[in-house]
Amino acid sequence: MPNVIYILLIPILPFAAFLLLGLFGRKYIKNGAGIIGTLCMLIAAALALYIAYGYFFDYGKLDGVYRKIIPLKYNWLEFSPGISIDMGIVLDPISVMMLVVVTFISLMVHIYSLGYIKGEERFPTYYAFLGLFTFSMLGLVISTNIFQMYFFWELVGVSSFLLIGYYYDKPSAVAACKKAFIVTRFADLGFLIGILVLSYYGGTLDFNELIQRLASPESNEFKTAIASSFLGLSAITWGTVLVFIGGAGKSAMFPLHIWLPDAMEGPTPVSALIHAATMVVAGVFLVARLFPVFAISAPEALNLVGYVGAVSALFAAVIACTQTDIKRVLAYSTMSQIGYMMFALGVSGYGGEEGLGYTASMFHLFTHAMFKALLFLGAGAVIHYVHSNDMKDMGGLRKFMPVTHITFLIACLAIAGVPPFAGFFSKEEILLAAYQHNTSIYWIALITSGLTAFYMFRLYFNIFWNKEHHAHGEHHGEGGFVMMMPLILLAIGAAGAGFIHFGEFVSSDGAPLASVFHLQFSIAPVALGFAGILVAWILYKKQNDKPDKIAASVKSLYIAAYHKFYIDELYLFITKKILFNLIGRPVAWIDRHIVDGLMNAIGDLTRGIAELIKGFQSGKVQQYALYFLCGAVGLLLLFIYIWH
Amino acid sequence: MMEPGLYHILFISAGLFFIGVYGFLTRRNLITMLMSIELILNSVNLNFIAFNKYLWPGKLDGLFFTIFIIAIAAAEAAVAIAIIINLYRTHRSIDVEDAEQLKY
Amino acid sequence: MNLTYLILLPLFTAALVLLARNASQVKVISLLGSVAQLILSVGLYVAYRKEMVAGNTAQMFFEADYKWFPAWNIGFHIGVDGISVAMILLTAFVVVAGVLVSWNVSKMTKEFYFLLILLSLGAYGFFISLDLFVLFFFLEIAVIPKYLLIGVWGSGKKEYSANKLALMLMGGSALVLVGLLGLYFSYAGHSFDLMKLSSIHIPIQIQKICFPLLFVGFGVFTAIFPFHTWVPDGHSSAPTAGSMFLAGISMKLGGYGCLRVATFLMPDAAKEYATIIIILSSIAIIYGAFATMMQKDLKYINAYSSVSHCGFVLLGIGMLTQTALTGAVMQMVSHGLMTALFFAVIGMIYERTHTRMVQEMGGLLKVMPFIATTLFIVGLCSLGLPGLSGFVAEMTIFVGSWSHPDNFHRIATIIACMSIVVTAVYILRAIGQTAMGPLKEEYSTLTDAKWNEKAAVIVLLAGILAIGIAPGWLNDLVRPATEIITQKIGAVK
Repeated sequence: MPNVIYILLIPILPFAAFLLLGLFGRKYIKNGAGIIGTLCMLIAAALALYIAYGYFFDYGKLDGVYRKIIPLKYNWLEFSPGISIDMGIVLDPISVMMLVVVTFISLMVHIYSLGYIKGEERFPTYYAFLGLFTFSMLGLVISTNIFQMYFFWELVGVSSFLLIGYYYDKPSAVAACKKAFIVTRFADLGFLIGILVLSYYGGTLDFNELIQRLASPESNEFKTAIASSFLGLSAITWGTVLVFIGGAGKSAMFPLHIWLPDAMEGPTPVSALIHAATMVVAGVFLVARLFPVFAISAPEALNLVGYVGAVSALFAAVIACTQTDIKRVLAYSTMSQIGYMMFALGVSGYGGEEGLGYTASMFHLFTHAMFKALLFLGAGAVIHYVHSNDMKDMGGLRKFMPVTHITFLIACLAIAGVPPFAGFFSKEEILLAAYQHNTSIYWIALITSGLTAFYMFRLYFNIFWNKEHHAHGEHHGEGGFVMMMPLILLAIGAAGAGFIHFGEFVSSDGAPLASVFHLQFSIAPVALGFAGILVAWILYKKQNDKPDKIAASVKSLYIAAYHKFYIDELYLFITKKILFNLIGRPVAWIDRHIVDGLMNAIGDLTRGIAELIKGFQSGKVQQYALYFLCGAVGLLLLFIYIWH
Repeated sequence: MMEPGLYHILFISAGLFFIGVYGFLTRRNLITMLMSIELILNSVNLNFIAFNKYLWPGKLDGLFFTIFIIAIAAAEAAVAIAIIINLYRTHRSIDVEDAEQLKY
Repeated sequence: MNLTYLILLPLFTAALVLLARNASQVKVISLLGSVAQLILSVGLYVAYRKEMVAGNTAQMFFEADYKWFPAWNIGFHIGVDGISVAMILLTAFVVVAGVLVSWNVSKMTKEFYFLLILLSLGAYGFFISLDLFVLFFFLEIAVIPKYLLIGVWGSGKKEYSANKLALMLMGGSALVLVGLLGLYFSYAGHSFDLMKLSSIHIPIQIQKICFPLLFVGFGVFTAIFPFHTWVPDGHSSAPTAGSMFLAGISMKLGGYGCLRVATFLMPDAAKEYATIIIILSSIAIIYGAFATMMQKDLKYINAYSSVSHCGFVLLGIGMLTQTALTGAVMQMVSHGLMTALFFAVIGMIYERTHTRMVQEMGGLLKVMPFIATTLFIVGLCSLGLPGLSGFVAEMTIFVGSWSHPDNFHRIATIIACMSIVVTAVYILRAIGQTAMGPLKEEYSTLTDAKWNEKAAVIVLLAGILAIGIAPGWLNDLVRPATEIITQKIGAVK
């Protein structure tokens, strides 16, 4: 059995780093901050590996099936008997895998940042935020309770907000961090209501019980939930769809993706950690966590997951082909790859061979974390070198940055699905799963994989080949050992991670799934991948005017894609014009003038009446005497004639 | 000659009362107004005496009241004149129209 | 534990403040007095907790009944349950912080502190009294100092605001008084005693008249829609500590009254009118949030957001389930701490920049990291970030509200949930424009928080974190009390 303390230390260590650096970093620690943060992360990563080893090879299996182990559960807040937020730890294949991925990538980013952020004024703050993020993300993946996940889900969102806004004096960064937070918050609204729906019908907030009750057709909860429908869909479908909206927001699925490209305003290592490898896959993780409910009780919702994923994958790939900011290209490619993971879940069934999509999705999550973090860190090194994000300022860098060049190339090959790099294996599984279950999604995926190869190599050639680089001014080289080491480690991962027999460890029902490999099936996607690379090679290896010509020939499509299909403008219209001008402004006006006006009107009415009758108080004694007399006479008459 | 009855006296006192009221309401001079009040009070006194004599001849209540009122009237006159003198000091006038600051 | 100390201590402090010779003595006495009060309140919590663990199942703990005006059956009857203890703790925290942030008040210092202490006295008395007349008495004590605090030490159109606030609150109290008299005469032999009144079944006709009077009357204090308009004006004109007390304590008097007097004594009518309460509070929540979005003055932003947040309190009460009621109490405590801190921070910023307009600020994180970080934290608390108190309270209300299976309650809950997005919009706008962005030239020489300001922030933050990180204690404290109320409601056919 695992030692609870060790598991607990994995999230606690980054949190301790956050507290220490956040409270005292500014004044007392300064330059040691990076080392402290990195050390904490190193221990956490080692512990995570230790736990993963123990889980997968020692105590995790029971009767050949990986079981859920809950070593710790603490009742944090009890709403009513049965419904409570428990803070706990769950060990199952996906959470253990995520523990490893998050700690490993985070460690890489910690090390890399030692070189990248060095010398900046807010160095300790940066490491504090990284610690906070890592803590929240780890808390998220080990959640035993859906509300615990929401808890850390929000914390992840806010640490992402803080890190995007790290350069807080840059207006664009401020705008980006606000946008990221608000868009994901909007999606979280769906998540929250989804939780309420599911917990109401499940009668619990605990993942395990929730799945047991809502994913087994015999249980009473399931029967009532299925029976109660709203607008023709059952309560479970509503709940899962709403939860998925939350996941789609975090994972930047169409149409809630608009924050991700802007989030690139943050420091590049942050993008690698949060917006490529870990946080953005939280949505996929969420769906995977509730997968039995999706697969068994809400097939409509699962279909939605599949189509949203597929559309996002293609949509983002098209946009990525036209962007010139290298980080944005990577951002769209992230969105596209997460689309893959999503639709892989969407086409998956539950249990046995049917669950191939689930395994494939998790596999892709794993490999994607490696190569996408590598791509971002490589891009960071490039940006560090040329001090620009735009690929127009780059070119011919292969001679100046050999390590970055090679590792970047490995990552590009991996994402393009070239064998034997990691991306090939995971993508192959996804395509296979799609092919078996949903042909239309399969075709979309196939096209997207060709596009992926094209835009990634467009990026690659534009940075490292194309025009010759003219060294302007003195250069500080590629960045020291601390920046190169993570690249090399991640490159090893990106090259070799595909050989893990993932199905043996992670599957929808815990039972090992034999990896199947169809040679004939792989021909089409690999050929398409090579075609994409070839086109990119022709167009971008040397500087020429072919790209512009092609762009001109499909002008309207190109312009639309370049402007990201005007989704941002649409959102801007909705928020600025509708939310602010059509709702906010009238409400504020109504409050000041009508509601408050009513209150003031009551005051004015009182004053008006007083104004009317104050003339009686004239100060003239004789007038008073006259009133008095009249009153006395009046009363007298009253007594005499009416009273009796 | 016939002895005056209750009604005669009441008639006189009512006349006295209304003269007093008229004076109080129309005269602007505070002293005159004070005098009007005295008239009103005395009309009341007259009533008391008359009722006492004609309705309850054996009792003295009415007389006591009258003496009481005379005493109060004296005190009141003293206070009123003091006020009037003070008013005169500040306003240089004892016209009631000039003393109308006490209002809204 | 003798509850009268809770009143005697501020009374004693106030007397000492009057006797003090100079401003610094006044400040030290007030600080010591308020800290002693805080210790006393924490002691009360500990003692209460001990009794609870020991298995005391009485509804009210530490009860005492002194004769005050026996001819009219008015007694000085005091006692506390979990809700009162929570509110007393809130008051103690806010008072200490309020005293600390007012350290720079130079105009009529003695009177200022006297009024602050007097206000806290009213609040403590209100929360412990079990006799409705005494309760009303303390309610009025808590209103009058506010008028003076705004009218004398305020800024902007302070006379208008002071009048508006005092008149609207007095109007509310008038309704309360009528309602209380209705209850008084409904008891055979006439009584203002809360416990006696709760033991009988008040006739439904009387409930139907008294409940709206009391609920709306107390509701004015809690900014029930549409009687919330004193909130923005009052807060924006009040001095910093005044705003803190107003939002942190006074608005809670109303919520407490709605729960303790109106709902607890008249469950039938509460059920009858629940629909209207829910509609009004849902309007307040979403409407307050949208109105906040358009505000440019930091104090207006927080004032309108208070309208929205206090809407949650009333929504929780209107839902009438145990979880929702618990959530309402938690929201009162959480909002009290959070909004007091928010106003404290706004005051600190205003003292330095001499403006409260968000568009005139920018990049303050650079020159005053402590204050700006506090602004971040309190803003995040306001938008319900986990780990801070707002999350706990709001989620409790949501879960409690959702347990009604019909569409009406569901829609109200969804509307309330929607406000968390709008809250995010306005909070981030405010923070983004003040703390972030490029630093304005004229602010480059500003300094960070001083010791007293730091201490005030830490006191309030401690409260916020204590609820946010480990909400169990507050939940355990409040639940037994709300259970009794829900039982009464449940007994209604």
